[in-house]
Parts: sequence; C-alpha cells; structure tokens
Amino acid sequence: MADSTTLARPLALHWQQPGPRLFAAIKVSLFLVCLLPLAQLLWHALAGHAVNPIEDLTRGLGTWTLRLLLLTLCVSPLRALGAPGWLLRLRRMLGLYAFFYACLHLLTYLWLDQFFDWGAIVRDIVKRPFITVGMLAFGLLLPLAITSSDGWIRRLKRNWGKLHRLVYVIAPLGVLHYLWLVKRDIQSPLIYAAIVAVLLLWRVWRYLRPTLAARVK
Amino acid sequence: MLIKTLTDRLSADITPQEVYLNRRQFMAGSAGLLLPVSAIAALPATKSPLSTSEKPNSRDDITSYNNYYEFGTGKDEPALYARRLKTRPWTVTVDGEVAKARSFDIDSLLKMKLQERIYRLRCVEGWSMVIPWIGFPLADLLKQVQPTSRAKYVAFETALRPGEMPGVARRVLDWPYREGLRIDEAMHPLTILAVGLYGELLPNQNGAPVRLVVPWKYGFKSIKSISRIHLQEKQPPTSWSMAAPNEYGFYSNVNPAVDHPRWSQATERRIGEFFKRKTLPFNGYGEQVAGLYRGMDLRRNF
Repeated sequence: MADSTTLARPLALHWQQPGPRLFAAIKVSLFLVCLLPLAQLLWHALAGHAVNPIEDLTRGLGTWTLRLLLLTLCVSPLRALGAPGWLLRLRRMLGLYAFFYACLHLLTYLWLDQFFDWGAIVRDIVKRPFITVGMLAFGLLLPLAITSSDGWIRRLKRNWGKLHRLVYVIAPLGVLHYLWLVKRDIQSPLIYAAIVAVLLLWRVWRYLRPTLAARVK
Repeated sequence: MLIKTLTDRLSADITPQEVYLNRRQFMAGSAGLLLPVSAIAALPATKSPLSTSEKPNSRDDITSYNNYYEFGTGKDEPALYARRLKTRPWTVTVDGEVAKARSFDIDSLLKMKLQERIYRLRCVEGWSMVIPWIGFPLADLLKQVQPTSRAKYVAFETALRPGEMPGVARRVLDWPYREGLRIDEAMHPLTILAVGLYGELLPNQNGAPVRLVVPWKYGFKSIKSISRIHLQEKQPPTSWSMAAPNEYGFYSNVNPAVDHPRWSQATERRIGEFFKRKTLPFNGYGEQVAGLYRGMDLRRNF
C-alpha cells in the first residue's frame, strides 16, 4: 500500500494533477481504446457476415481517420474550456492514431481496391478530385507524423508549431475527400464539415480576440 | 399525451398484413398436404436460355445489401424498414399512348407465364451481383395494352407512400422515383418485370411486389415497386438524371469506357469475390442489345 498518500489526496486533485502512475494508466487506456475501432472493423470485415467487407473496411478506416483528426483538434478548445493540462500530453497520441488509421485507409485503397496497379493509381490521383484531395491530405499528414517526436520538437523550436498548423488544412481536405465520394446523401459529410468549421472558427476567434478587444477600447 | 400513447399502442397491436397473409397461407397449407409455408409461396417458373450460368449470389447477400432510398440511403436500411410497405392490394396502371389502357392487379401479374432469369446486376457504385429473378418479359404486358405508333418511350413510377416509406421524408431525390426506357428497350426480350427472387415472392427490400429488371443498364434503372407505367412520345425525366444530370444520363448503359465523373467504371467488385473484375460493355449483354444503339454516340448518350 505504497500509494496510501496518493489515495489520501482529494479526487479533484487527482483529476487536475494525476500522479505519474495514474497518468501512465490513462495513457495506456487511451492507447487501447484507440485500437477498438480497428478491432471492430477487422472483426466486421473478417467474420463473414458483411456483404461488401472490403468497402466497409475502407470506409470505416477513413471515417475513423477523420474522427481522430477532429478529436485531436478538440484538445485545445477543451483546454480553454477548463479541462486539465494533462489532456495536452495526450494530443500527440491522438494525432499519431489519426495518422495510423490514415495509413491503413490508404493501404486498403492501394491494395484491396487497386491491387498495386501503380499506373491506375496515378491516373486515379490525377483524374478523380476526391482521390487527389485524399492523397494531398495524406501527403500533408506525413511531415506532421515524422516531426512528432521530442527530438524534432526541440530541433524545430518555434517552427514546429507553425508546421503543425497544417492540420488546419488537412482536416477540411479530409472532409472534402468524404463529401466528393458520397453518391447523393451528403448529410453525414456535412455533419463532419460543421464540426470542423466550429473547431477552426474557434481558433480564428481566439487569434483575433486581442486585436478586436484592442479596437473596442 | 395519453391519447397519443393509446393510439400508438393500438396501431402497433394491429397484426401486420404480411403476418396475417402468412397465417392464411399457413392455414391453406395445413388444409392441403401440410406443406411448409415456403412451398406455398413458391412461384412456378420455367428456366430460360437467357439466364447466365454464373453462380448466383446468396439470398442473404441479395436481400441485405440494397439501394432503395425510399427506405433510407444506407445499404442495410431497406432490409430493416421495407417490411412496412403494404404490397397487397396492389395495382399497376398502364396508360398513355396505348389502345387499351388498364390497371393490372398484382395477382393477375403473378399469373403471367413466369420464367427464371438469372442475370448479372451491375450497380453504378462499382459492385455487382448475380441474381435469380422470377418474372416475365415486359413486352408480354405491353402487348396487352397495344401501344400506339406514338408510344416512343415508357415511363415508370414507384409508389409513393410517405406513411410506409421513412426515407421519403428527406428529399434526397425528387419523389416519386421515376425511370424510363425507349420503347425498343422496353420491348427487348431481356427486359423483364420481376415478381420473385430465388423461386419465391420478391422480398420488399428488392422492390416487391413488382419491379423492372434491365440487366445491361446500371441497377438504378431497374425501378422498384412499380405503381404506374405510362407510354408517351417524349423522353421522360428520370430520378437520377434529374438529381445530377452530369453524372447520370437517360440511357445509363453499363459502359467501362465512360466513367462516372467521380469514379471509374472500368472495374467492379462482384459481391463475394476478393479480386475486382473488368466491367463488360452492356454488362456482358452486348451481343443481344448493342444493336439497339447502332450509330449512337454512347459517350454523349451516357
């Protein structure tokens, strides 16, 4: 019972400043939770009751890429709304998971849709706007994933933050990729578009607020 | 509030029509040879040389993966909600440029000379199935009404039942669903009205009680749950080309050389297969139907 001191701390304090062991537990839990959608998608695709398992897998991985991207973008607003500071320390994992699902999503396209027919893939990228936009979004995600390590954060200093603002472009591109692929019923992509709009407008507002306040004075 | 709850419960307590129909079928069966219900529902049909020898998809695949937007835009929604559609009584009105306009009761359509037609179905979305329909040539029906010389086109309409079709509350398409064929396409021996599937009555999610099947065109041309057939001189407007004229044309023949503006039509995934197949011109029915379009620019008339 080495943790009796920790237990004695009030619950609110655990919430605001979790000890290293509690924070490690939170981190491991999040890591595992982020794998659940993948497990569900694979189970659905491989269990044999899906009629079009490959399409379901491809679409599902794309949807979860978008969801994780939006969750990553939720961290700053939540922090501003009073969420504890350790939330920021989970953001990298959410971002990397978005990248992980994006990689799998791309792989299903390259492998299960095109069967690595590179000529057809290049033609597709050039000819189909929704593929072009999807590839562009993935291309922009790549440097963010590479520079997510502590070493790169140190090396890039202030430029790291500037570089990672690319996510403000990537998220709308992801939504556009979804919107352009839908046959007719655009309700679902529009919901994602609305969420991205709120998350980005909040950032515009936060950026402009000091200037606006100064002007009022 | 109380009254509302009561009426809700009352309407839920009424035996759904399909259940009491089944009950009747069951009683009819027990009165006879104690045949199982499925045997009563079975439709007598002859085999057809126009059927493909390819292996049909399973009944499960065919009845659980459907595009029928009147019941929702999800592929699984028709199987969940289409049971709400009351398919009895049902009449199909055939009128317009005909000598003998009339309505056909569904029971009279079920008494037509039925054939099994195992056809490929290619969806415009890039997947395909092989489906054992039961039906009769549309020409058999049209001959009964005697089209006039001015009947150049045939327009079809799906029944519009907001109370039974949860999907029509949203205007995803301009309801009722409409389709059309040129008269020679409509009279072609491959064009059928289907009333059954896998030897039994058509399930609601597949377009019960009667639907069109035109196997050389993208699936959306094969309109479901038909309530009206109108012969006319002018080319009729059709739902998908009204919704997106640059993406869906009147003809909508399966054509690997003409892509959908947003995706390729060169290949397709046959449901149940891992590798994709090459899509065939006219969905593989070119030998029978290519002549209908001789001299036409099929890139322009997509």
